[in-house]
Amino acid sequence: MPDLGPLWLSLALASVTTVILLFIGTPLAWWLSGTQSRLRPAIEAVTALPLVLPPTVLGFYILIALGPTSPIGGFWLKVTGEALTFSFSGLVIASVVYSLPFMVQPLQNAFSAVGRGPVEAAATLRANPLDAFFYVVVPLSARGFVTAAVLTFAHTIGEFGVVLMVGGNIPGETRVISIAIYEHVETLKYSEAHILSVGLIAFAFAVLLLVYSIRRGNGINV
Amino acid sequence: MSELPSTILSVAVQVAYPNFRLDVNLNESLDGTVGLFGPSGSGKSTLLRVIAGLEPLALGTIGFGDERWQDSAVQRNVPPHHRPVGYVFQRARLFPHLSVEGNLEFAHSRGSRASDIDAKEEVIVAMNLGSLLSRDVDGLSGGETQRVALARTLVSGPKILLLDEPLAALDVRAKNDIFPYLEALPARFGIPSLFVSHSVHEMVRLAEKVIALDEGRVTAVGGASEILGGALYAGHALPFEPVSILNVTVSGHLPDLRLTQVLFGDQQLTVPEMSTVVKGDQARLSVSAADIVIATSYPENLSVRNVLFGTVGQIIEMPGSAFAMVTVDVGGTPLKARITREAVKDLGLERGGPAYALIKTAIFDHRG
Repeated sequence: MPDLGPLWLSLALASVTTVILLFIGTPLAWWLSGTQSRLRPAIEAVTALPLVLPPTVLGFYILIALGPTSPIGGFWLKVTGEALTFSFSGLVIASVVYSLPFMVQPLQNAFSAVGRGPVEAAATLRANPLDAFFYVVVPLSARGFVTAAVLTFAHTIGEFGVVLMVGGNIPGETRVISIAIYEHVETLKYSEAHILSVGLIAFAFAVLLLVYSIRRGNGINV
Repeated sequence: MSELPSTILSVAVQVAYPNFRLDVNLNESLDGTVGLFGPSGSGKSTLLRVIAGLEPLALGTIGFGDERWQDSAVQRNVPPHHRPVGYVFQRARLFPHLSVEGNLEFAHSRGSRASDIDAKEEVIVAMNLGSLLSRDVDGLSGGETQRVALARTLVSGPKILLLDEPLAALDVRAKNDIFPYLEALPARFGIPSLFVSHSVHEMVRLAEKVIALDEGRVTAVGGASEILGGALYAGHALPFEPVSILNVTVSGHLPDLRLTQVLFGDQQLTVPEMSTVVKGDQARLSVSAADIVIATSYPENLSVRNVLFGTVGQIIEMPGSAFAMVTVDVGGTPLKARITREAVKDLGLERGGPAYALIKTAIFDHRG
């Protein structure tokens, strides 16, 4: 039986990333779904970048951005006394960037499907914008939220390149399941690699089955 | 001085869109239901949306009673949820994740009468929704959906109702279903309302005062008879078929035949049964100019039931068309008939000559 530490670490990373992205992605997706701003295409393109860039490119720049000599990494080091690179916190930041489109796109599609009609109706019934959002838009987009959260979670579980670049392979800190599989293969421990890999395949299939059963049309598109 | 709050709506707004411009100046007292009438694309719905605060590009001033909702000169723009308007959309826009009761409660708990538990109950009774409360809104018929939408708006306690073609998406039966509720609104709830429609006959039934809109501008404001009869359009082509409005008194019902008899002046008309009126009641009927036949002698062996005697008034040939507009004065009311210029000639119609105006009973049936 392989060490299950990487599994728990992956689950923790995916959970934290999904929660953070719910807070970041929801307002971003809402803004994108309703704005007439000329900036919209540019913001949409930036949001979708992680879908098309090689993880090494992303990982490389995140690594630089989080390094102790960069403003972000330096600030973090000063405040917490720890480096962001090769740490769990650094992995969370990298995952938030990497998984952003998996949260934003399904939400944006869901919000667009709801449209402005119900929001206008709510406004004429004295609901302020926040009230209308939480009591009308969110319930009407519930499936979009489930799809977005599940895809974000699953995608974070499966990431490899960015994690390797930013986090390395520190047991209990950055050695997530995909890294563990990689190392098992490198060290020719095929049976342990099998166990983790088959587990991930089953997990991924279950997740996609769930997403497709919920509804078509709220998924990812590049 | 009246004790009632002022219902003067004053609007001076411009909105410029890439392919449409709304430029409206209005200062009208809204008593009961006022119609906002005009062809499709004339800006009726846009004007309602501007009043409700749903069009962020609108510039100018909007005030209702003693409240000022917008004054662009001083950057004042009250957001929609702080304007006491009740908006009924063409497609009801009920919240599909809530039941009928949930929709009503959403409005009631946020509205100006949130503490008044009876307010909601009163609306439920008035709109006859008791049996629908627990239903999903997805399962409602078209007429039921609009009834719920109307009720939802009413329980929010608006000071002004904006009815944006609430009947347009409905079939004839559903329209007839909901009409009595709309007709009863002013008397029952006393809320002034602006009713948008491009249907002349809906206007006649619901509105006494009409604001006519065309290409984003107010073209006329006046009584329903004047505007819808086309009198205020003298000199230009009408964007709609003019109607004549007949103020009649109910004289009796013929239940076996499902007919109602009414008196127009001293002449009798027979119309399809009007179940909501009793003998002695006043009612308004409207007849399109295309639906009136003119005869110079009393017709025999015809199925038409309503034959009104009068004298020929104006004969206006419509340039560039086959038609002429002929009025027949019946007891002081000019009935407009659109007939061919050829017919005018064949019949030898002349001003002051005797004429009969023939109106089929069926044209009064199922419309609104």
